[in-house]
Amino acid sequence: MSDEQVETKLERIGWLVLLLAFTSGFIIMSVELLGGRILAPYFGSSIYVWGSIISIFMVALAMGYLIGGRLSINQPNLGLYGLFFLLAAIGLLPIVFFADNAMDAVFSAIDDPRYGSLLASTLLFFIPTALLGMIAPYSVRLMVDNTRHSGQVAGGLYFVSTLGSALGTLLTSFYLVLWFDMNTILITMVGVLLLAGSLAIAFNRRRP
Amino acid sequence: MSRVGVFALVCLLCMGNATGEVIHREKSLYQNIEIQQKGDDRCLVFAVRRDDRRQSCFDTENPDRVVFSYVRMTFGGLLLQPNPSSILIVGLGGGTLPTALNALYPTAQIDVVEIDAAVVRVAEGFFNFKANDQLNVAVQDARVFIKRAARLGSKYDLVILDAFTGEYIPEHLMTREFLAETRALLSEGGVVVANTFSSSQLYDYESQTYKAVFKDFFNFKLPASGNRVIIARPAGLPDRETLETNARALAPALTRFGIAIESFPKYLNRRADWDQTAPILTDQFSPANLLKNR
Repeated sequence: MSDEQVETKLERIGWLVLLLAFTSGFIIMSVELLGGRILAPYFGSSIYVWGSIISIFMVALAMGYLIGGRLSINQPNLGLYGLFFLLAAIGLLPIVFFADNAMDAVFSAIDDPRYGSLLASTLLFFIPTALLGMIAPYSVRLMVDNTRHSGQVAGGLYFVSTLGSALGTLLTSFYLVLWFDMNTILITMVGVLLLAGSLAIAFNRRRP
Repeated sequence: MSRVGVFALVCLLCMGNATGEVIHREKSLYQNIEIQQKGDDRCLVFAVRRDDRRQSCFDTENPDRVVFSYVRMTFGGLLLQPNPSSILIVGLGGGTLPTALNALYPTAQIDVVEIDAAVVRVAEGFFNFKANDQLNVAVQDARVFIKRAARLGSKYDLVILDAFTGEYIPEHLMTREFLAETRALLSEGGVVVANTFSSSQLYDYESQTYKAVFKDFFNFKLPASGNRVIIARPAGLPDRETLETNARALAPALTRFGIAIESFPKYLNRRADWDQTAPILTDQFSPANLLKNR
């Protein structure tokens, strides 16, 4: 495939993939930051609570990268890509509706708030974060058409999604928690993920 | 030397003079801790900067004297509960308050919750704080301690909330849910005393949150002090006469601590002097550190 053809494909869906990668980066860090708030009423806000949250996010992202990369081997398409977003949206819902029940049970079962917060983080954040992690390698696959540009494309995607993460961190901690209830923020993110997933699926239908 | 330079130098000198000599300094997991000595006053200071806050002071020549007005004001809670047999204190500081209460009520069970092990060490090393059979310290997050204690069915006659350094507020200790858990720990007629913020928007939000959980409470301010102490009792507030009777009974025992408790009752106010349209703080919404600067 020539360089021209690569550019044509990038122009076609490149902007969409970049936008969606930015969105997932934003949401990952926003949820991580809210995680500290969510756990505090049961496990406090000590350094070990952050240790639990960050390590679970890292492990979940690692698993997501692995699975997303594996799924990108055969016939990569925007349809499956969109499905990741829809599933991540569903994965966030338990945080809104069952977090208190889950943390209550963990609090009763485990005395040590270090292991309590680790287990609670796993229950609440592992699945949605792993699903959001699948997006990154799959985005690379959707945009890469030859090995020469693969590093450049991956770099561009990391650039955009990491900027999204930075903005998600900043907006959430500076403004969103001042303006909204936590559940309002989370539900909005669920809505944004549903919209993002639907957009990808719609584009897939239009250009099979 | 420029005039600005001279001015800066003079300012440095006057600051040094105001803060006293640093006799100990350590970094803990949660804060920078400094012990400063100026004359007979020895102070525990968190978060060292220009406007640092002296967290707790104690008079090395006269260790009984309670140096800080807000700590003295905390004893106002005794006007509603003159004879507590169990006391919970959130936030150790230099340990002045638990030590004084332990001396006043030697048979009362006193539990102190302090998140920072370094603060406990410093209180023991520099402020003569000593735990004993009646006086326990738990190094733990207060929210975790209180939630656990409530499940175990523990009850306290007096709960004192003083967990705020002035620099950083633990936001999960400001919410309606936290106060409800604290309220559940109170025995019949139990009293909550809270050292709270007296300025910024946080004053309105915090007042409304206490009102949501405790309904009526005493808003206690002394004219010479910038502090506000909330004194609440779910069983209802006593009248002025009861407060004064209790003050007279308590006065002799409190004199050695330098606490003029008989002057307190007239400043125990029930009037709401804050913006009553302010939203309350909840586990879902508690931007206390952002509100503090507004």
